[in-house]
Amino acid sequence: MLEIRNLHASINGKEILKGINLTVNDGEVHALMGQNGAGKSTLSNIIVGHPAYEVTTGEILFNGKDVLAMSPEERAHEGIFLSFQQPVEIPGVSMVNFMRAAVNAKRKYQGQEPMTAGDFLKLMREKRKLVELDSKLANRGVNEGFSGGEKKRNEIFQMAMLEPTFSILDETDSGLDVDALRIVAEGFNLLRTEKTSALVITHYQRLLDYLKPDIVHVLIDGRIVKTGTPELALEIENRGFDWIREEAGL
Amino acid sequence: MGESIVRDNEYVREVAQKQYAYGFTTEVETDIIDKGLNEDVVRLISQKKGEPEWLLEFRLKAYRHWLTMTEPAWAHLRMPKIDYQSISYYADPTARKKGDEKKEIDPELMKTFDKLGIPLEERLALSGMAVDAVMDSVSVKTTFREKLSEKGIIFCSISEAVREYPDLVRRYLGSVVNYRDNYFAALNSAVFSDGSFVYIPKGVRCPMELSTYFRINARETGQFERTLIVADDDAYVSYLEGCTAPMRDENQLHAAIVEIVVMDRAEVKYSTVQNWYPGDSEGKGGVLNLVTKRGLLKGENSRLSWTQVETGSAITWKYPSCVLMGDGSQAEFYSVAVTNNFQQADTGTKMIHLGKNTKSTIISKGISAGRSENSYRGLVKVGKQADNARNYTSCDSLLLGSTCGAHTFPYMDVQNPTAVVEHEATTSKISEDQLFYCRQRGIPTEDAVGLIVNGYAKDVINKLPMEFAVEAQKLLGVSLEGTVG
Amino acid sequence: MNALREKAYVDFQRQGFPTRKVEEYRYTDMEEVFAPDYGVNLQRVQFPVNPHDIFKCSVPNLSTSLYFMVNDLFHNSVMPKTQLPEGVVVGSLCQQALEHPELLQPYYGRLAKTEADSVTALNTMLAQDGLFIYIPKNVVVDKTIQVVNILRSDVDLMANRRVLIVLEQGAQAKVLFCDHAMDERSFLATQVCEVFVGENAHLELYDLEATHLQSRRVTNTYVRQQSYSTLNMCTITMHNGLTRNTLEVDLAGQYAETHVNGCVVADKQQHVDNNTLIRHSVPNCQSNELYKYVLDDSSVGAFAGKVLVVADAQKTVSNEVNANLCASPDARMYTQPMLEIYADDVKCSHGSTVGQLNEQALFYMRQRGISEAEARLLLKFAFVGEVIDSIKLETLRDRLHYLMEKRFRGELSHCEGCKVHN
Repeated sequence: MLEIRNLHASINGKEILKGINLTVNDGEVHALMGQNGAGKSTLSNIIVGHPAYEVTTGEILFNGKDVLAMSPEERAHEGIFLSFQQPVEIPGVSMVNFMRAAVNAKRKYQGQEPMTAGDFLKLMREKRKLVELDSKLANRGVNEGFSGGEKKRNEIFQMAMLEPTFSILDETDSGLDVDALRIVAEGFNLLRTEKTSALVITHYQRLLDYLKPDIVHVLIDGRIVKTGTPELALEIENRGFDWIREEAGL
Repeated sequence: MGESIVRDNEYVREVAQKQYAYGFTTEVETDIIDKGLNEDVVRLISQKKGEPEWLLEFRLKAYRHWLTMTEPAWAHLRMPKIDYQSISYYADPTARKKGDEKKEIDPELMKTFDKLGIPLEERLALSGMAVDAVMDSVSVKTTFREKLSEKGIIFCSISEAVREYPDLVRRYLGSVVNYRDNYFAALNSAVFSDGSFVYIPKGVRCPMELSTYFRINARETGQFERTLIVADDDAYVSYLEGCTAPMRDENQLHAAIVEIVVMDRAEVKYSTVQNWYPGDSEGKGGVLNLVTKRGLLKGENSRLSWTQVETGSAITWKYPSCVLMGDGSQAEFYSVAVTNNFQQADTGTKMIHLGKNTKSTIISKGISAGRSENSYRGLVKVGKQADNARNYTSCDSLLLGSTCGAHTFPYMDVQNPTAVVEHEATTSKISEDQLFYCRQRGIPTEDAVGLIVNGYAKDVINKLPMEFAVEAQKLLGVSLEGTVG
Repeated sequence: MNALREKAYVDFQRQGFPTRKVEEYRYTDMEEVFAPDYGVNLQRVQFPVNPHDIFKCSVPNLSTSLYFMVNDLFHNSVMPKTQLPEGVVVGSLCQQALEHPELLQPYYGRLAKTEADSVTALNTMLAQDGLFIYIPKNVVVDKTIQVVNILRSDVDLMANRRVLIVLEQGAQAKVLFCDHAMDERSFLATQVCEVFVGENAHLELYDLEATHLQSRRVTNTYVRQQSYSTLNMCTITMHNGLTRNTLEVDLAGQYAETHVNGCVVADKQQHVDNNTLIRHSVPNCQSNELYKYVLDDSSVGAFAGKVLVVADAQKTVSNEVNANLCASPDARMYTQPMLEIYADDVKCSHGSTVGQLNEQALFYMRQRGISEAEARLLLKFAFVGEVIDSIKLETLRDRLHYLMEKRFRGELSHCEGCKVHN
């Protein structure tokens, strides 16, 4: 599904990613772990085409298509979704208008007619239940005045609405209490199919207990230095990152 | 509360008896030319200073232009009528020994500057600070000249610079503030007497703070200082300006020009603690401080910051400005203006963005007390070519008492769609909760006000060099004493 | 009306048209605005026009009492059939001055000082008719009073309108002005509007301008509010040529509250200048001001808003915000939010910004698959939406949201469905 080859990238002239290679197959959940500043968020931002980051070499293929040549919205239409680490507030743009614009843009891309208002609102109601998102929130501006937990739930709600095939969860667990974490993770698991994959970025084991990744990668200084089974995440939880650093001779 | 009112009233009485600490006069033989202004006076000043022909021409052109102009009336000020013919335009306190090359400084002058805390003997000087001491129309002494010249730095009075570095002066004088710029700039260009000249050569970081201390002494004279600072590529200098004047019943006129040129990657910091005599508590006397200060950020990635603490003067009309011409240039303006009694201040800045990726910051804090009027006036202009220009302005006003005024007049003119210009302003009084909290902890009201005001002005004070910051803090306290009743 | 003309003439002669050197007019040169040769309809020629035939307001479910002014003439022939509560007057200023001088006299010309502003002087000198709205004590008018100003002429024309709105103590009313230009001629319309909001009276005042590029509009509106009164005002410029709106609100009674908002959408060579003064003359009043501009092409926007708090107007609370979007390299915005404060126990703030749409928000929306163009549109609606949301009249508010969207999509050249423009 997703194939990243020798990806180098920088922001403001500073190199952050120094040769990433990563393949995610259909139905797989990969976890990406690493300390602050390792380049985890850079990688997720590059996959979705954030204009602040510059890819210097390398390529990203999504179902065989060249992702780097696509606009952010095309990538979204192709099925790539990012649950942002810090979702931005967009005052004045209501959740309903926002989601309708997003859903219909994707339908148009796929050659479908726009949804009727009735169908759309029905879909909203249905998906909202999934993450127990209050209906009051849906009437507000996008993320406007949402608490940290509400913002994260709202991200998963949007994922449910847009049905991506590849999702990136960028520290979706940060700032969530135990209950909120459970709701978000269960919501995510309900959306999983054999055809959908995900990249889960996190510091902690907690989220991985719920999401059960197939493969765990460790990112240090812009490179994936270790890849292993879910046990690797447990080991990091117990021993930290230093031993991996030493093992890799860094 | 009754008790506190009694205590406060006592305090007010006490303060009313307190005097402006720098209000003394110096008895020194001074060469003062006759009052009045005409072309002959302009020629006489030029002649006394032994100036070259081009500079006399410069003065005369400015004078002739000044005659066609009228005093600006747009500021929020009640300006007393200035009789330009009743002022003497040149006073030289160093003229005691005529023809004696003025090598020896009159001990009275040395004493005066000692008293002001500005020792002119280098061994007594504050560490790391070179001073150009100007009294009335003449520079008395510039310290550490030789030491600085080892690095190629020129620091001297502008009169000397005209003689010794005519090419440099001629190239830059009037290049930032044209004599046509405004009424007082034209007047200054015609009759300016002394001030400082600073040139920092390419790649040199000035190792000490440079400063000029301005003192008005003689009666019924005006001071028309002129300062020119040039920082060549990659140079750095921090420059300080201080000023005081004796207490006199009549207004004293001070119309200065400061020009700064900042070349590629150079940085200039200009700090002022302005403590001209503010007039008495009845509003009598005081300095009319009518000043044009402007910096040209000519070079790429050049930087200029103005920091000012304005506590003195009966009237302050002053807008230290920046023209951000070089791409990537950055300018800052930090100001605390305190007005008390009958003082009036109309001060602020202009940030003119011309180059691409330029950035400016304006932080202004106004504090009004007594029957004073305190206005912030600022312009932020983004020209058509100034892509990605950024400005952030914050101006806050604090009112102590209900007989004063605090005003904000910002102007923004944006002609480029990639610009981001933000302005915020608030006006408030000292919070009762803060005051009460302090008092509950045993801090008397007056001290609490001082504490809170200093906290309020902290963002700006912190930008000053250390010695100045301490001075400024004390000054804030003194300026506001007796304002809480 | 005639009594004031002579003084107005003298005042006007003395002042002349203000140039940009006059601080209050630094962004719009009045000398230039008034320079073209306009015809003035002195003979009171009636234009053969039935506004009902040509005007159909497009705001659905907005049931209003509908009145028309054609140029500077009040249209008596097409009075609405609806009955107003007893004592309420809506009619020709001229005619009412003859019929009810006792109602007008205490108010006419009391706020609009001819010596203070030469446009007011000119209008006072030349105005021949206009509109008078009078709501007696404790009368509540539920139905919105809608006044459609139509500019209609076969030659270039100057029209000078005069409006007087009086709400006596405890009265309530909603007034909506719609400005339209019908013919492709050059128009210059001046309007001086005096508004008295009595004690505990509540007024909603909406002003929508949808004219065309050859129209010039100069309005001076003067409001005085008494104790416990509220004013909710919104001025919207959607289409115009050159507009200068002066608004002065005097909070003259304690605990009065005023909300003054405005929104400008301009492109091509549109020029819109809003100049406001809110005077807190007494303690304990509240004012809120929000103006937003979206400027495209080579349009010019100006906003100068002053809040004046006089000595002893303690416990004043005032907030002023002006936010602007410049969408083109040729658009230009001037903004000047001012505070002039003489009382210490106040909470006053203002903020002003010129900038672009939030890049983070744009990216977020694109990540969700919304095209950049669409994302920009959504953010622009949201931007002006904040002003439109301040309109209490629900049907009008909904319609304006819709019209704004159309306007931004470039699908709307005038109020849709309004036949004035066909």
